[in-house]
Amino acid sequence: MVNTKISLCGIEIDNPVIPASGTYGFGYEFAELYDINCLGTFSFKGTTKDARFGNPTPRIAECASGMLNAVGLQNPGVEKVISEELPKLAKVFNKKVMANVSGFSLEDYVYTCEKLDKQEQVGWLEVNISCPNVHGGGMSFGTSCESAYEVTKAVKAVTTKPVIIKLSPNVTDIASIAAACESAGADAISMINTLMGMRINLKTRKPIIANKTGGYSGPAIMPVALRMVYQVYEAVKIPIVGMGGISTAEDVIEMMLAGATAVEVGAANLIDPYACKNIIDELPKAMEKYRINDLKEIIGGAH
Amino acid sequence: MKQTVFEIISNKKIAKDVYEMVLMGDTQGIAPGQFVNIKLEGLYLRRPISVCDYDEKTLTLVYKVVGKGTEQMSTMSKGVKLDLLTGLGNGYDSAKSGEMPLLIGGGVGVPPMYAQAKKLIFEGKTVSVILGFNASDEIFYEEEFKKIGARVFVTTVDGSVGIKGFVTDALSEVGEYSYVYTCGPEVMLKAVYNATVVSGQYSFEERMGCGFGACMGCTCKTKYGNKRICKDGPVLEKEEIIW
Repeated sequence: MVNTKISLCGIEIDNPVIPASGTYGFGYEFAELYDINCLGTFSFKGTTKDARFGNPTPRIAECASGMLNAVGLQNPGVEKVISEELPKLAKVFNKKVMANVSGFSLEDYVYTCEKLDKQEQVGWLEVNISCPNVHGGGMSFGTSCESAYEVTKAVKAVTTKPVIIKLSPNVTDIASIAAACESAGADAISMINTLMGMRINLKTRKPIIANKTGGYSGPAIMPVALRMVYQVYEAVKIPIVGMGGISTAEDVIEMMLAGATAVEVGAANLIDPYACKNIIDELPKAMEKYRINDLKEIIGGAH
Repeated sequence: MKQTVFEIISNKKIAKDVYEMVLMGDTQGIAPGQFVNIKLEGLYLRRPISVCDYDEKTLTLVYKVVGKGTEQMSTMSKGVKLDLLTGLGNGYDSAKSGEMPLLIGGGVGVPPMYAQAKKLIFEGKTVSVILGFNASDEIFYEEEFKKIGARVFVTTVDGSVGIKGFVTDALSEVGEYSYVYTCGPEVMLKAVYNATVVSGQYSFEERMGCGFGACMGCTCKTKYGNKRICKDGPVLEKEEIIW
């Protein structure tokens, strides 16, 4: 019997498979299909201080082995997430959930994190300083060591739960940004958010996405994610939640060998709603195939 | 929502760039006005196609070749198996139709009208249908609608068949109607909205990510709040639409 359990910032989870924020809503659509308690945990839809409609449509475009999205953090705002979404979620999910938070100012991040930190269902705070699809906030916090440090420090000052900082790949030196987060007290790093991209409609000769640019995700970006996780693993001591194109149990193993303690699965959920369940079901078989008895022993194994 | 494998029974061209694909599989839970989301080889995102017709064992999709996905579908033969998500979207609500509903389909907005017309006729309603096309070579399903007992009015923009003009130009010939069900290009939906006084249900189209409400890729604003076209739509009530 293989062991898929891992510990993420002191909280033990049954397996390292975590649906990524923005691809799993608040879990209900998937709970109609299977018991979502099979997940390690999941990262819920990116939440901001105030309700947001997000960007105009089209927000989605097809790409080679992947997709672009520019949803722009549509969410009902933190008050409604706490009063409406979390109670609904409690009916279908009895594990700790990862609260994904975004903001447009330092105060926004502090306000939203402080509120969600007090929720019993929340196990971790995943602070998104890397959304490529909003203007005047989001990714801009994650593209310099100074601002990444500041957000981390400010959030850590008002919270008690593990804080995971979600990083952008749209930078020249992701390892130094991860190190800045670590020095500010981050408990973990999650990476990578989407890669900024564009598609153009040949008939209209204009970008397909109304926001013009979007975030590229899907299997195409996995080599980029692996490389960056590998680099950050060498730069920090805190755990890494690796993501970017993961679609199979073997992808999970590969990401963990690069240095990830757990993984998030994003775009794959949109193509195959059973993706996470299937990965979890396949994981023990894949472990046996590669002679892995205990999954946590392979973390960073490629170094 | 259900994820199931369907097998193609037939796939044939029925008008200019328009194909009819009949598939065999588990059709339980499928309703008029809904859509299915199809996984295709070599393409990442599934392709959403509206439900044209269904019975206990078969599902009929009528689609127009507009891009790589539908082009690939048009070349598929009998026996090919496809991975489908079915039962997607809210579909039409027949309860509000009144006794004399009017169905208006434009171009590839015609197919979803067929299953809805069948359902309303089965329920004993007097159904009128306006089918709008650009030209005679694009016309499909006129006979199918007649066979199930609908009063059919065809319009063509070039006047080659039926009433010359747009679907709204046929309204005066229809006479009295109690409610409108419609699907077509947004410009057509808006024209129908303005040209009719009765209430109705309007089916919208948007580029989708997942098709089942998870990604928020297709959200629109309505008077009743934000709605995901794939999950809370594609059918919206006339009263909630914001143009």
